[in-house]
Amino acid sequence: MKCQKCDKQAAFHITDLTDDETVLSVHLCPSCAKEFLESDSQEPQEATAIVSMLSKQLKIGQTADQLAELDQKACPVCGITFFEFRKIGRLGCPNDYTHFGSELDPLIVNIHGETRHTGKIPKHSPVASEVQTLLIKLRREMNDAAINEDYELASKIRDEIRRLEKGESPAPATSENEGEGQEDTE
Amino acid sequence: MTVDALSNQISQWLRGEGPESDIVISSRIRLARNIAEFPFIRKCNDIDRANIESTVSRKLLSIETLGKLQHFNVAQLSGVDRQFLVERQLISRELSENMGARAVVLDPTERFSVMINEEDHLRIQVMRSGLDLNAAWDQIDSIDDRIDEKICYAFHEQYGYLTACPTNVGTGMRVSVMMHLPALVLTNQIDKVFRSLQKINLAVRGLYGEGSQAMGDFYQVSNQITLGKSELELIKQVSDVIPVLISYERKARSFLLEENREDLQDQVDKALDTLQHTAQISSEETMYLLSKVRMGINMGLVNRIEIPTINKLFIHTQPAHLQKLRGSEMDTAQRNVARANYLQNQLDSSSDTGDASKN
Repeated sequence: MKCQKCDKQAAFHITDLTDDETVLSVHLCPSCAKEFLESDSQEPQEATAIVSMLSKQLKIGQTADQLAELDQKACPVCGITFFEFRKIGRLGCPNDYTHFGSELDPLIVNIHGETRHTGKIPKHSPVASEVQTLLIKLRREMNDAAINEDYELASKIRDEIRRLEKGESPAPATSENEGEGQEDTE
Repeated sequence: MTVDALSNQISQWLRGEGPESDIVISSRIRLARNIAEFPFIRKCNDIDRANIESTVSRKLLSIETLGKLQHFNVAQLSGVDRQFLVERQLISRELSENMGARAVVLDPTERFSVMINEEDHLRIQVMRSGLDLNAAWDQIDSIDDRIDEKICYAFHEQYGYLTACPTNVGTGMRVSVMMHLPALVLTNQIDKVFRSLQKINLAVRGLYGEGSQAMGDFYQVSNQITLGKSELELIKQVSDVIPVLISYERKARSFLLEENREDLQDQVDKALDTLQHTAQISSEETMYLLSKVRMGINMGLVNRIEIPTINKLFIHTQPAHLQKLRGSEMDTAQRNVARANYLQNQLDSSSDTGDASKN
């Protein structure tokens, strides 16, 4: 077997047990192995920073039971669980930003001090994704209206959502059912 | 074009041209982008990755306004070739060491590159010599627009461009300026400077980015946050602080000259002498001594050698570059000898012609 870093014959076969139960195997020649073992923090610092930030934040906000329940929560699109995300610091798909929105928001505030993008917007993003974004926005406004007991506005927005769903979006209902009501996915 | 062909040329960003290039080595901007229709890399299977790599590569190469581009299939490159691209700052260590389908597309002058299947599906990067962030932004903004015409980016109305790590979400932009700050190191002020930068949300990293040591007194100053500010505001945040750092470094240099010119001259002379006459030398020691010589040239203590030559030597004396130049694999001991020969050669010929750096 060849060294993963330089193509020489690998002499060291290092198995790293990371704390998320994944096993990392590396195969290295003697000189690369020395380098690898001496520089113990090969992992990007950002990922470690985000992991520790998350764990602090969650300890403040949740009981152990709540956290255990939250860890089970999984994205219906990519299947990543909250547990996996908070151990690795990487998300699985764009939908995670919606699915884990309420958990991510405080983290994003912690990192950036803001939760709203004010920069460049893609010019050629196709209609389907625009509609999807609009639907997400309208749903939020509808919820806000309902919370504020402005039922007239809420039903108006709901009609608009239905109109958009009939018009362009082929499978509109997926993101509506998550996050809000059904917490228990088996 | 092969990786070998690259090793015969000097990266554009190393030429030591552009504003403030005695202290500012290079300006770079990168944008993290993902394709809407695929999961992020962590949740991609092998087929997804292969699809992303081939689709993005094909589309990039079809954009005529980007000029003639080179494509390297990183998964199929040898370890030395991958390391070479890392040393040259064309790909990250992460891309080099990842598994599965991955690639880099770059322009032949090495002024921009797009990594495919790194932490995000696309990492677009533009590099310039000296302090030139606005030009870098104009270029990357237009490259991004061209790609956007071909690829549907994952974008969220509230969060902006969606990235695998929430630390990059929003603009997906990292602006970084690489600086050579030897006098701030010598006068023990560098830590103080960095602490004050962290307070205003700027990050400081070494030559090869995250987690790397500050080799050769090179430091990259970059924005920490990516969301809630526009691209131009983020660029301004970095570019406002650079002149301040430059003035600190210049003050520290004047202070060193006034306080102890003889001692400084002695340190620089010894560094140059070692580089020219040593029989073997490690990469770390080379970086350390080259930094002294580079500072010496900029302070008028060395006059026979040009800055572009020294800039080039910082990169070309690294392990994979030496092996490429030599055309054969070498172990550490062999490299240390080859490095010493190469340095001797380069530093001699540059003193003869005064300009050995032209291609």
